[in-house]
Amino acid sequence: MKAATLSRRALLKGSLAVGAGLTVGFHLLPRGAGAARAQTAGVFAPNQWLSIDRDGLVTITNSVPEMGQGSMTTTTIIIADELDADWKKIRVNQAPADPKRYANPITGSQSYGGSRGVRDHMEMWRKAAAAAREMLKQAAADEWGVPVDSVDTEPGVVVHRPTGRRLPYGRLVDRAQALPVPQNPTLKTPDKFRYIGKNLHRLDAPEKVTGRGIYGMDVQVPGMLVASIERPPVVSGGKVQSFDATATKAIPGVKHVVQVTSGIAVVADRFPTAVAGRRALKVTWDLGPMAQVTSAQISSEYAALSKQPGQVARKDGDAEKALAAGGRTLEAAYEVPFLEHACMEPMNATAQITPGGCVVWAPTQNPGGTQATAARIVGVPPEKVTVNTTLLGGGFGRRGEVDFIVDAVETAKAVGAPVKVMWTREDDIRHGFYRPATYNVFRAALDGGGMPIAWSHRIVGPGILAQKRRLPANTPVDPAAVAGARDLPYDIPNLQVEWLNKDFGVPVGFWRSVGSSQNAFITESFIDELAHLAGKDPFEYRRALLGKSPRHKAVLELAAARAGWGSPLPAGRARGIAVAFSYGSYAAHVIEASVAPDGAVRVHRVVCAIDCGIAVNPDQVKAQMEGGAVYALTAALYGRITVDKGGVQQSNFDNYPMMRINEMPVVETHILDSGAPPGGLGEPGVPPVAPALCNAIFALTGKRVRTLPVRTEELRKA
Amino acid sequence: MITLVVNGKSQRVDVAPDIPLLWVIREDLRLTGTKYGCGMALCGACTVHLDGTPIRSCVTPVSAAAGRKVTTIEGLSPQGTHPVQRAWMELDVPQCGFCQSGQIMSAAALLAQKASPTDADIDSAMAGNICRCGTYQRIRAAIHRAVALGKGGAR
Repeated sequence: MKAATLSRRALLKGSLAVGAGLTVGFHLLPRGAGAARAQTAGVFAPNQWLSIDRDGLVTITNSVPEMGQGSMTTTTIIIADELDADWKKIRVNQAPADPKRYANPITGSQSYGGSRGVRDHMEMWRKAAAAAREMLKQAAADEWGVPVDSVDTEPGVVVHRPTGRRLPYGRLVDRAQALPVPQNPTLKTPDKFRYIGKNLHRLDAPEKVTGRGIYGMDVQVPGMLVASIERPPVVSGGKVQSFDATATKAIPGVKHVVQVTSGIAVVADRFPTAVAGRRALKVTWDLGPMAQVTSAQISSEYAALSKQPGQVARKDGDAEKALAAGGRTLEAAYEVPFLEHACMEPMNATAQITPGGCVVWAPTQNPGGTQATAARIVGVPPEKVTVNTTLLGGGFGRRGEVDFIVDAVETAKAVGAPVKVMWTREDDIRHGFYRPATYNVFRAALDGGGMPIAWSHRIVGPGILAQKRRLPANTPVDPAAVAGARDLPYDIPNLQVEWLNKDFGVPVGFWRSVGSSQNAFITESFIDELAHLAGKDPFEYRRALLGKSPRHKAVLELAAARAGWGSPLPAGRARGIAVAFSYGSYAAHVIEASVAPDGAVRVHRVVCAIDCGIAVNPDQVKAQMEGGAVYALTAALYGRITVDKGGVQQSNFDNYPMMRINEMPVVETHILDSGAPPGGLGEPGVPPVAPALCNAIFALTGKRVRTLPVRTEELRKA
Repeated sequence: MITLVVNGKSQRVDVAPDIPLLWVIREDLRLTGTKYGCGMALCGACTVHLDGTPIRSCVTPVSAAAGRKVTTIEGLSPQGTHPVQRAWMELDVPQCGFCQSGQIMSAAALLAQKASPTDADIDSAMAGNICRCGTYQRIRAAIHRAVALGKGGAR
C-alpha cells in the first residue's frame, strides 16, 4: 500500500470538545450573502466549514459522523485541497447538531446514511474552501498592492509569482476577515488537486490505536449514573403491565427504577449493577399481537401471498404475454432472512437535562434527529438541545434510528441526573431494526438464442419507509423494497417488477446497502440461472445484456479481467460473478470459493471492481470494499434473525455468528476511474458479494442457493 | 479492597470480587480504551493482558487479577508507538476502531510469544477478535509489518 508522506500530526480535537471551541460561521452557501460576519478577532471564518487563526491553524468542521467510513479524513481532504491548506496544520471538529448550518444540502436533514458523505457534500465543501482561498489571495494582493491574478497559493501560503514573495495564511487572517465572501468562487481543476486522489492516512487512526478515542460508551459526565433497560420479550409492541422492583432496589448501588417507553430502566452507579438489577425485576408484560408471530408463519404467508399480483414497480413491454408465448421458461423462488446490524459498539447514549434544555452525547448517524427527539421529550425548542456526536463503534444504518436516544433522555429526565443508558449485546440483537426478510418469485422466458425475452420478479415483504410511515402520498411502491430490483440494468424487452407489502410488525430498518443488499443477491443469482439454462458463460451473458449500461459493463469487465475469468483454477475451486449499482456507484465482484465434503464453504479470493466516480482517498475506497465484502459474506454464510412467539431467537455472537479472521479471503480492489461525479462507498461494496459467492457455489456443486444464509447441509457430498 | 497493578501502577479498588475486570478498568480506573462488546468472551473487544497473557476481561472476575499485572491498551506503550500500533497506523487498519484495542492487545501478545508468526499462527491467535468493519486483511498484513518494525528498532 502506498501512502503519501504527509505527516499525520494533524491536531484532532475529540468530539467531546465540540461546542467549546466552535468557530463562528454563517451561511456561505447556498443562500449566504457577502454580508458582515459575526467574527472572533483574529480568526478568519468565512463560513461554518472552516476557520484559520493567526498561527495559520486551519480548523475544519466535519458534519458527517465518523462511523468507520473515514469521514473525518475525507471531509478534511476535500476542504484542505480546495483551500490549499497545509496538511500538517489542520484540526478537525465534529459538527454540533444544527441543521440550519450543517444539514446535508441534498436531503436537507442532518442525518447520515445512504453513503452520502462525499457525494452530497463535495461540491458545497469545495465552494466553501474555494471562497476562503480567493479571499486569502485577495488579502495578499491588497497587502502587496499587486493584481490578484498575479498571486497563487501553495499549501498554507499565498505566493506572488513574479517576485516570489510569500505570505502564510495566518498572516492574512485580519485582512481576509474584512473582505466580502465570494458567492461563486472558481473551483480547482482536477489536475491541481493536492490531496484528492492521493492515499492519505486516516486522521483518526492515532486515537483508535491508543484507546484514546471517545465512543458513546466511553462518555463520562460528572454525577452521571448508568442505566440498563429491561425490555419486553417481543421485538415490538410489548408493554409493561406491572412490575415489582423491590428486590432490584435492595441491591447496593441501584439508585432508581423507572418506567420508560422501551421498558424498565434500572439506574445504578455502574453498569454491572444495573444489569444485576434487571435480573431481579419482576415484570408482567402485555405482549400484544406480536406474541403470535413466528418465522415459519412469516415464510408460509409470504409464499402464499406471492401468488397474488403486487404493486407494479416497473413495467417494460408485456412480460405476461411474452411468458405465455412459450419457449424455454424458468421459475424460481428466493428467500432472504431478517438481519441485525450487530455494530461492535452496542447501542447507547448519554443525556443530561439542563435548565431550559438538554445535552446529549451519542454515537449517532442522526444528530438532527437526536436533537429533535430530545427536544420533543424535554419540551424545549431544538436549539436548546446540544448534541455531541462521539465516535461511532459501527453504524451500518442502525445508528440512524433514535430509539437509544429516547432511552437516555427519558431516563435522565425521570431521575433528574445525567444518565448513560447502555444496551447489552443481547438487547442490541433482540431489539434492532432488521433488514427486511423477503420472499421472491421469478419467472423468465428465453428467446431462441437463449437471451431473456421476459423477466417477472415479484417481491413479498415489508417496506422500510412504509413501516416508518415515511412513504410520500400516492407512492404505492416503497423504493427501499425494490432498490436493486426495479433498476435491473439488463436489456430485457418485457420486464415487470412488483412488490407486495406484507408487514408482520418486526421493526425494519436500513441495513448496509438496504434493498440492494438482498435484491442484488436475488436478481444476480437468477440472471446466473438464466445464463446456465441458456448454456452460456455467466460473464459473457451479462455483458451481452449490458449494452445500455456502460458503467455496469465496465466494472464487470474489469473484475473479470483482474480475476482471470475463464482461466484454470486449482481443483475444487470455482468462480462466481455479479454486478450491481447502488448509492451512486457501480461494483462488480468475482469470488473464488471451494466447498469441503462436509458442506463448509471457503472463500479464497474476492476481486472487486468499483466505479465510484472520483476516488477521494483511494486506499480508503479499498478499505470500504474490504469491509463491505466481510459484511456481505458474514450475512451470506451466517446471517439469520428468526422470530418465535414474537421474540428474536438470537442473542449474541454464539448464535448470531460473525465472520472471523481465519475465514478471511484475499480481497483485491480495482478502482475504475470513470471521471464521473463522486458516488457512495460504504454501501456499494456489499450487494454483488452474496450472489458472486452463490454463483461460485453453483459452478462448483450444481446446487443453486436460493435461500440465505447458505445451508451447508445441502452442500454436503452425499 | 482489591489491589491490582494496572499499566505498571498499583491500584486499590473497593469493588465486589465477582465484578468482571472489564468494568473495574472502565468504570473505576476510567480507562475506557478497553471495550465491552458481548460480555461472553465471544468478541475479544475487552482483551487485556494479565501477566502478559491475553484474556477476555468481560468474563474475568476482578478477584482473579488481584495482585497481578494488568496491561490495557493505554499501557501497551507510553507514546502509542508499540510496533503493533505503528503498523496499524501505517496500514490504516482501523475503520470504526471500536474493536481495535482488543485486536492490538491480542496481536501484541502473539508477537511477544512468537517473533515471526505465520498466517496460521495469526488466524489462531486472532480468531477470538471480531471486527464488524471487516479489517481482517489489514490486521494480518499489519501483524507481519509489526514484526519488521519490531526488528527494525526500538519502540
